[in-house]
Amino acid sequence: MSIENTEVLLKVEGISKSFGGKRILKDVSLSLNKGDLKVLIGPSGGGKSTLLQCINLLITPDKGKIFLNNRDVSFNKKKDVLALRQQIGMIFQDFNLFDHLTALDNVSIALRKVKKMSKKDAYIRAQMELERVGLGDKLHHYPAELSGGQKQRVSIARALAMDPLLLLLDEPTSALDPELISEVLTVIRELSNSGMTMLMATHQMGFVKSLAQEILFMENGRIIEHDTPENLLNKSKVRTRTQDFCSKLL
Amino acid sequence: MTYPFEVVISSLPYVLGGAMVTIGIVVGAMALGLFIGIPLALIQVYGNRLIKYVADVYVWFFRGVPVLVLLFLFYFGLFSLIDLNITAFWAAVLVLGLRGGAYQSQIFRGSILSIPDGQLKAAEALGMTNWQGIVYIILPQAIRIALPGWSNEYSIVLKDSAIAFVLGTSEIMSRTHFVASRTYEQLPMYICAGCIYFVLTWIGVFFLRRFENKLKIPGYST
Repeated sequence: MSIENTEVLLKVEGISKSFGGKRILKDVSLSLNKGDLKVLIGPSGGGKSTLLQCINLLITPDKGKIFLNNRDVSFNKKKDVLALRQQIGMIFQDFNLFDHLTALDNVSIALRKVKKMSKKDAYIRAQMELERVGLGDKLHHYPAELSGGQKQRVSIARALAMDPLLLLLDEPTSALDPELISEVLTVIRELSNSGMTMLMATHQMGFVKSLAQEILFMENGRIIEHDTPENLLNKSKVRTRTQDFCSKLL
Repeated sequence: MTYPFEVVISSLPYVLGGAMVTIGIVVGAMALGLFIGIPLALIQVYGNRLIKYVADVYVWFFRGVPVLVLLFLFYFGLFSLIDLNITAFWAAVLVLGLRGGAYQSQIFRGSILSIPDGQLKAAEALGMTNWQGIVYIILPQAIRIALPGWSNEYSIVLKDSAIAFVLGTSEIMSRTHFVASRTYEQLPMYICAGCIYFVLTWIGVFFLRRFENKLKIPGYST
C-alpha cells in the first residue's frame, strides 16, 4: 500500500482518562484516514462516549496525544482547543439543539458568533445545509416542533455548516423511534459517500456492515478488537468478542 | 363635618405622587437586583470554589437579615461610616436592590440549572467559548424560565418598599401616614393605600405576564 494516497487525518495516541479514581479510558489509540468511516461498538460504560468527547477535548484527557492533520494539539492552550473544536463536528445522542432557536438559527448561530459571518451569509449557508439534510421546509420551526429524526438532521446540518474536517457521532440514532432511524442513517450514508471522515458510535449493524471500513470494539476503556466488519464478524476462525456481542443485538 | 371619602379624594393627588416615588424605588431595586442576581447565579453555577463561597456568603447575609434591620444598618450605620451621603430614596433603592440581588440570584440559578447541560456542550463543540455558550445559549433560555419567578419577586419588592417609610422616603406609605395622622381618617386612608399597592401589583404582574407570553418558544411547554 502506498503511503501517498492514504492521508492520515486524525491520530489519537495513548489517551487515558479517569474520573474520581475510576479509569474510563486506558491507553486508547486509533487513527482515521481521510474519508474513513470507522465505528465504535461495545457495551455501554465501555468508554465510547468519553473517547469521542476526548477527541474534541470536551473532556480533557489525562494522558496521550491528538494529531489533527499531523498537527500536535495542545490540550491546555485555549486557542488550540477552540480551533480544534471548530474543525471537528459532533453529533450527540440526544441532539442537544438550542431550544430557543429555530432550525435556521440553530445552524447559523455558530457561523455568526464563531466564524463571524454576517447574518445574511450565515442564513444562506444554514439554509443550504438544512436543504441538504431534507429540511428545507422546516427552516423556521423550533426544536419542540420537530420529530426526533428531524432534530437529529438539524444537528447534522449544524455541524456541517462549520465545514468540519471530521465528524464524531455519538450513537446518533439511539434516541430515535425505529421508524425515524433510517432517515438519519440515510443522511449519514450520503455524507460518507461524499467523502466525509467519520468516527461513529453505533449499534446499527446493518449500517456498519455495509459502510464501515473498520470496527473498533471497546470494552472496559480499551479497544480490544479492531478489524474490518467482514473479518471480525464473518471470517474469523475463532469466535470474536465482537461476534459474541453482536449476536445479542436484535 | 367632612365625610371620610372627601379626605381620601382631596389627598389622592398627594398620595399618588407617593406612588411615583414607590415605582421609582421598585424599578431601581429590581434593576439593581437583576444586575447583581444574574452574575451571582452564574457564579454559583459555573464559578470556582472560592468565588462560589463569596457568592454564598452574600446570599446568606441578605436572606438572613430582616429588611428593616438592613435599612437601618446601611442608612444609619454603613453609609455614614463610609461617608456616603445619599438621600433616603437612594438608600431604599440600594438596600432593596442589594437584597433583591440575593433573591433574584436564586431564581436565575434554578432556571440555569433547569437547562440540559448538553446544550452548553453542543455550543462548545461548535467552537464557542464557554462564555459565548452562556450568553447566547443558556441565558436567553434561563431568563425566559425565570420570568414567572421574577414577576413574583416584583410583587414582593413592591410591597416591601413600603418599609422605606421608616427612612422618611416620601412614598405611598409615608404620605398616607402623614395624611391619616393629621385628619384622623385612619381607616379610609389605609384602605386607599392598600388599594394603590394592589393596583400597582396587578399592573406589573399583568405586563410581565404579557412579556412572558411574547417570549414564549413555540411548541415548548413551560
